Amino acid sequence: MTASPAISVQGVTVRYGDVLALDGASLDVSAGRITGLIGMNGSGKSTLFKTIMGTLTPEQGSAQLAGLPPAEARARGLVAYVPQSEDVDWAFPVSVREVVMMGRYGKLGITRRAGAADRHAVEHALARVELTDLADRQIGQLSGGQKKRAFVARCIAQEAEILLLDEPFAGVDKRSEATIVRLLRELASSGHTVLVSTHDLHALPELADDAALLLRRVLFHGPVAEALTPPRIAQAFVLGDPELRDAEAHAPAADARQQAGAIAPQPKSSPEAEQRA
Amino acid sequence: MNPIDLFLEPLQYEFMARALVTTAIAAAVCALLSCWLVLTGWSLMGDAVSHAVLPGVVLAYVVGAPFALGALVFGFLSVALIGGIRNTSRVKEDAAIGIVFTTLFALGLVLISVTPSQTDLSHIVFGNILGVSNGDLLQIGVLATIAAVVLLLKRRDLTLWAFDPTHAHAIGLNPRLLGAVLLGLIALTSVVALQVVGVILVVAMLIIPGATAYLLTDRFTRMLVIAPVLSVACSVTGILLSYWFDASSGGLVILVQGAAFTLVYLLSPRQGLLTRAIARRARRGREVHAR
Repeated sequence: MTASPAISVQGVTVRYGDVLALDGASLDVSAGRITGLIGMNGSGKSTLFKTIMGTLTPEQGSAQLAGLPPAEARARGLVAYVPQSEDVDWAFPVSVREVVMMGRYGKLGITRRAGAADRHAVEHALARVELTDLADRQIGQLSGGQKKRAFVARCIAQEAEILLLDEPFAGVDKRSEATIVRLLRELASSGHTVLVSTHDLHALPELADDAALLLRRVLFHGPVAEALTPPRIAQAFVLGDPELRDAEAHAPAADARQQAGAIAPQPKSSPEAEQRA
Repeated sequence: MNPIDLFLEPLQYEFMARALVTTAIAAAVCALLSCWLVLTGWSLMGDAVSHAVLPGVVLAYVVGAPFALGALVFGFLSVALIGGIRNTSRVKEDAAIGIVFTTLFALGLVLISVTPSQTDLSHIVFGNILGVSNGDLLQIGVLATIAAVVLLLKRRDLTLWAFDPTHAHAIGLNPRLLGAVLLGLIALTSVVALQVVGVILVVAMLIIPGATAYLLTDRFTRMLVIAPVLSVACSVTGILLSYWFDASSGGLVILVQGAAFTLVYLLSPRQGLLTRAIARRARRGREVHAR
């Protein structure tokens, strides 16, 4: 690995019309680590992912992958993406094996005809996520956790160095969650860099090495244990943010409070939150 | 009269033979394209582009350029206008589609009415399958071949794009380019099918076969076989019916396609409405027995 961080985001600002989605967000993720990207709905997680993937161009700042501009990293097949469940058409007529094979397309010729090595890589990836027996099923016929594993298998088949997963644990049963966590840990120990956006704070200590707390900018980035302290959680989940205080009364914020409260009882009385209020 | 004669008698006439060949070609290539359109939710876009090509075709006729060129220009123009209106005003996409394609279609109608030619307005609007000349057949054959070759060579990329454009982008493909290819092919196939069923009904050939095949299989590669086979069978049947009953050929082609869709919608082995109802009843029956 080179000295440059696997994922580097520098001073990224993104605006949708009048809405400021990211405000000078910066994040450096070193290779071989799993980082949880934590934030409430609307904190800019998806926008940050889109910036890293290069699907949107920020107003200010830039992103780099393994020291390369996003376009170059994509062309080299360095980066893989696991979409949120609601972004996928599960009735699409493709089999699990065909989905995993899509991970190989970047390495194939103009008609994307697969060779023996590609088929081997696909079978290997299917075996690693324990979906070999279900490989001929239509993708929508899998359970929530199996669907996620199919997409992780696609990343493995792609041989990408950098994996981005958007809310991989939403609608996933505990057993599948454990399987996915184990898989990601294995991938990280073999040098892959993993960035996982999630609002499931419970899974975090087992899954991730680091956590990055996002609220339009990165509030904190460091070891999980240091990130999951009541004041920091309260800050990331709006409780201390003056501009968003109005939103606190509404449902999304109530949800966030519930989540923060699960880890940090009575976050409202945390010193920092009170100080800011 | 035996059933084979029902098929062979019309073929004694050269114009009927040409009509059947043209219909089969148009049906096959439109059906291929329709597989992607119904899966990407682009059916309405197909509707819009296939109508919006009309002024392009008329202008191409006036200046003596290939119809396909005019169709391509106005096909892309319509998509650009739709996107432009959606992005720069509060008008939603379905309204933008409705405004752009009807206006361009109307422009086409006006252009036809002021253009001195032998071409009858009704031939373009409702098709003129019995009047296909050898030259028309050649042009249709060339366009259909181009469209089919592009679709089959790039079928995996297009399927990936339809299923997961973010992944397509992530591995270095160009989703916008793939979308543009599909739009260009809608414009091309519209020209192909225009002669058969007319500009109004082209969209049926771009939607019904794919939707029907989608109800019959869970494999995209099988859709690419089922849709053209079904569409060619239905379209040829429609032309033969129009011969025997002396009724609108374009109308019958689409009517038979619609009938086939209805049958599949009701009776498809796994997705059919009746099939599923019967399976549910059988399951309940077994549960009662088990008790």
